[in-house]
Amino acid sequence: MFQRFLKSRWPKRLLLWCCSGFAILALLGAIAPEPRLRPRDDKAMTPWQENVLLPARQIDQQIAAEIDRVGLTQADTADWRTICRRISLGLVGNSLSLEELRAIEQIDSEHRVEWWTDYLLADSRWSHYFSERFSRAFVGTNEGPFLLFRRRIFQLWIADEFRKGTPYDQIVQRMLAAEGLWTDKPEVNFLTSTIKNGSDGRVDEAVAAGRTSRAFLGMRIDCMQCHDDVLGNVSLGEPGAPKTGTQLDFHQLAAYFSGARVAGPNALAGLRDESHSYQVQLLGDEDETEVKPSVPYSKSLDIRKDGSREALAAWVTSPENKAFSRATVNRVWALLFGKPLIDPVDDIPLNGPFPPALETLADAFAASHFNLRDLVKTIVSTHTFRRDSRLEELPVTAEHESTWATFPLTQLRPDQVAASLNQACRLQMIDDDSSIFSQLERSFTRNDFTKEYGDRGEDEFKAQNVTVPQRLIVMNGKYLRDRIDDNPIANASSQIGFLAIDDEHAVVAAYLATLNRLPTETERTAMVDELAGLRRSARSKGVGDLFWILLNSTEFLWNH
Amino acid sequence: MTYNSECESWHRMQRRQWLSHSMLSIGGLGLTAIAESLARASESPREDRRGQKSRKARSLIVLWLQGGPSQLDTFDPHVGTLIGGDVQSIRTSIPEIEISDSLPLTAEQLHLTTLVRSLVSKEGDHERATYQLKTGWRPDPTIVHPSLGAILCHQTEDNLEIPRHISILNAQWPARGGYLGGQYDAFQVDDPNNRLPNLRRPTSEPRMRVRIDGLKNVVEREFARGRFQDLDILKTQHESATAKALQMMDSQQVAAFDISQEPESKHERFGNSSFGRGCLAAIRLIEQGVRCVEIQLSGWDSHVNNQETQSERCVILDKALSALLQELKDRELLDSTIVVCGGEFGRSPNINGVGGRDHWQHGFSTLLAGGPLRRGYVHGATASKPTSDPAKRLDDVRQPITVQDLHATLLDSLDIDFSQELKTPIGRPLLISEGRVVRELLG
Repeated sequence: MFQRFLKSRWPKRLLLWCCSGFAILALLGAIAPEPRLRPRDDKAMTPWQENVLLPARQIDQQIAAEIDRVGLTQADTADWRTICRRISLGLVGNSLSLEELRAIEQIDSEHRVEWWTDYLLADSRWSHYFSERFSRAFVGTNEGPFLLFRRRIFQLWIADEFRKGTPYDQIVQRMLAAEGLWTDKPEVNFLTSTIKNGSDGRVDEAVAAGRTSRAFLGMRIDCMQCHDDVLGNVSLGEPGAPKTGTQLDFHQLAAYFSGARVAGPNALAGLRDESHSYQVQLLGDEDETEVKPSVPYSKSLDIRKDGSREALAAWVTSPENKAFSRATVNRVWALLFGKPLIDPVDDIPLNGPFPPALETLADAFAASHFNLRDLVKTIVSTHTFRRDSRLEELPVTAEHESTWATFPLTQLRPDQVAASLNQACRLQMIDDDSSIFSQLERSFTRNDFTKEYGDRGEDEFKAQNVTVPQRLIVMNGKYLRDRIDDNPIANASSQIGFLAIDDEHAVVAAYLATLNRLPTETERTAMVDELAGLRRSARSKGVGDLFWILLNSTEFLWNH
Repeated sequence: MTYNSECESWHRMQRRQWLSHSMLSIGGLGLTAIAESLARASESPREDRRGQKSRKARSLIVLWLQGGPSQLDTFDPHVGTLIGGDVQSIRTSIPEIEISDSLPLTAEQLHLTTLVRSLVSKEGDHERATYQLKTGWRPDPTIVHPSLGAILCHQTEDNLEIPRHISILNAQWPARGGYLGGQYDAFQVDDPNNRLPNLRRPTSEPRMRVRIDGLKNVVEREFARGRFQDLDILKTQHESATAKALQMMDSQQVAAFDISQEPESKHERFGNSSFGRGCLAAIRLIEQGVRCVEIQLSGWDSHVNNQETQSERCVILDKALSALLQELKDRELLDSTIVVCGGEFGRSPNINGVGGRDHWQHGFSTLLAGGPLRRGYVHGATASKPTSDPAKRLDDVRQPITVQDLHATLLDSLDIDFSQELKTPIGRPLLISEGRVVRELLG
């Protein structure tokens, strides 16, 4: 009899009913007005301190003065959902889930933005995302030397330091002065990533010097590897006494790394400094010159003057070395706005001129003991960050964006598109508490999609046009197709089609899940009309079509 | 037609453009593909950028051998020497020139080519060397240079509904637009036996119409409110890219990717490998008007069992390369198409302890053909007894050619003024190439 039961249709039916039951229970949790996401504790609601808010006000005044000076109109404040979307894109790399929006709705309207920022800064998604972004500047996006470089270990270390709140200057000091095995001391990977095949285990001094100046000081001095700065692009010297950069300046910086090596009798001990004479044939010279380590500007801040990497690390991260603070705040500003205060993000003139906000933000960052979380909060607190990206009566111009009179429209980076598509098609947020399947799916699909869509490499903030293949990937590709198919177990579109009490609720839920905003009256009417009369599977497909429309829109694929 | 080509004056209009115009006017859009093909077939000899009769090429096919093929086991064997290994050589269609016996079919076509045996570079790492060979520049952390194909597309204009720059079978480091922008990135395609990626509508025609209508007339319209006056033109180009994507989905020119339209005998001649199919597709695409096609054959990184690895790869390369050359010649495309066949570096003269050869950038081979390049010419040579002094490695290479010079020569052959400076996104003007033309390679 049992055999007969097994061969009948009933086992399959029972399994299907059970799965459906579990799925419905799970989904009700997402669409119901009581989300699982809640403020973690009272501490998360602590008002932000004056050390965060004061520089924000000063920045707003400076930017407002510049906008007035050029006679432009400032945009009004954007709605809270748009601001929270910007924060989410900037801090974790994707738009918000419907579940997260429902949770924020429960917070007092005065404190939603602050609560959401605090929430994300306490979330491991933030530390991992920022680690990935920063490590691109630290070690590039190349694969690096086989065996000697472990990107994953390096990124996890940075993420952990960010999570713990280690002051940023200390993280940088550890990278510059690192010694030991790259598997045991993750910070060593900053230098082992530069080692090339056939170099006898030596750190590439020029690459290390270039990365140090670009990532930590926001200065592109790589061209001086081969010649003096003939174009007048690199200004060095002392404050008040600028001088043109020379080839020797570059190689003096490179000389700090010339003894770093992993080969030789101490190979098992990892990276060590050996006594090494750094010889360079300068342009125009017939013979090589021995170059001793020396910092390229503000030499009075080099207190130790012993030519060691520790001395370099202390000089780079000195609170008085403002280039270090400027480089960091310009990068974090770019992560939150989609474009830096000075473009390119790692090419800030040492002796100015500086745009409004940069110096104030750099000073505040140094005063906070290089606290990245406070830096984020200061930027998010500004009215500049919360401005709308559109104007009510006048058309927006490029000048509005360049003066920050409106929030700039920037195209999402490929990794942001991937993660946002992934999130938009799931009603619940995908974080480290999600199922292992959701996390794996997020990780794999993000990598695959980013590669197909075209990773931007190190220069992440360069404005680019959308390409035809990119449009084809989102319009027709498997990535989106699988996520808006009729699949009530996994896909938000099917779940909304199945559970929404009427077409109007379905349209609202779809807009919130994808564009993180409510539909306008025109949109609501048009989309409800499209769903009218559809039932069961047809309705789910109709909501799938609506998802396709919204996920293919400029609004979804751009930060605004 | 594109805006700029419409603006060209009548006397500068080439026959291809005139024919395209004519066919468009009588046959409508449906005849675009035929018009393009007919027009292209009629354009030899062409006029160069100075308006003179020229043998300059218009298209480029790159057979990219990823991993570093061994020059000693392919185009530059040193049989019977200490560095020669077990490879044997055979005669070729160029008198007194021999290549590896793993390439017998290519040996018969060698008279169509220029064989460079003296390429030198300073990059011995796969990724960095690939970057240099594809762009002509050493990696620079402050800027990403465009590949040859991207430059070619940037410097020319066409009326095509399909991408002009295509990369087949290249998943790792495909040719990129670099500072010219993502629009010059190669369109990536898998084995031509497979369906083209992302061109098929995800749903039925009526549902697709509903989607496009909702996108264009509801959501985009709403988003544009209160923003830039010409949001699409001045800022996003999102809607225009969507329109071009839809056009490509419906284009008859997509048939150029479909190698099933070629007879089975052709498939067999190209070797029935994914690489061979890529080469066959490349010919169809070039015929259609595509500017650059890159096809990758990977697996040349023979640190272990060099002889076995190289000869196994050569079987695939030999059939596809020889068929490609012959087919281009038969279809009268060789004059207008340059073929480059090579990898990021060669392999070391010394054989290591596990029978492998390691990376070697101090004298390796690249095969060139087509356009104004000489036919039946071998340039440079490498020593049979290389020096052990690393500082004197260049002494082992006769008539060395740098990667920059190779690029300059190829760009010149494609009628591109490589001495012009392009403005990069960081505001720095940059030469297209720093190299010089190697006149010996040109006919």
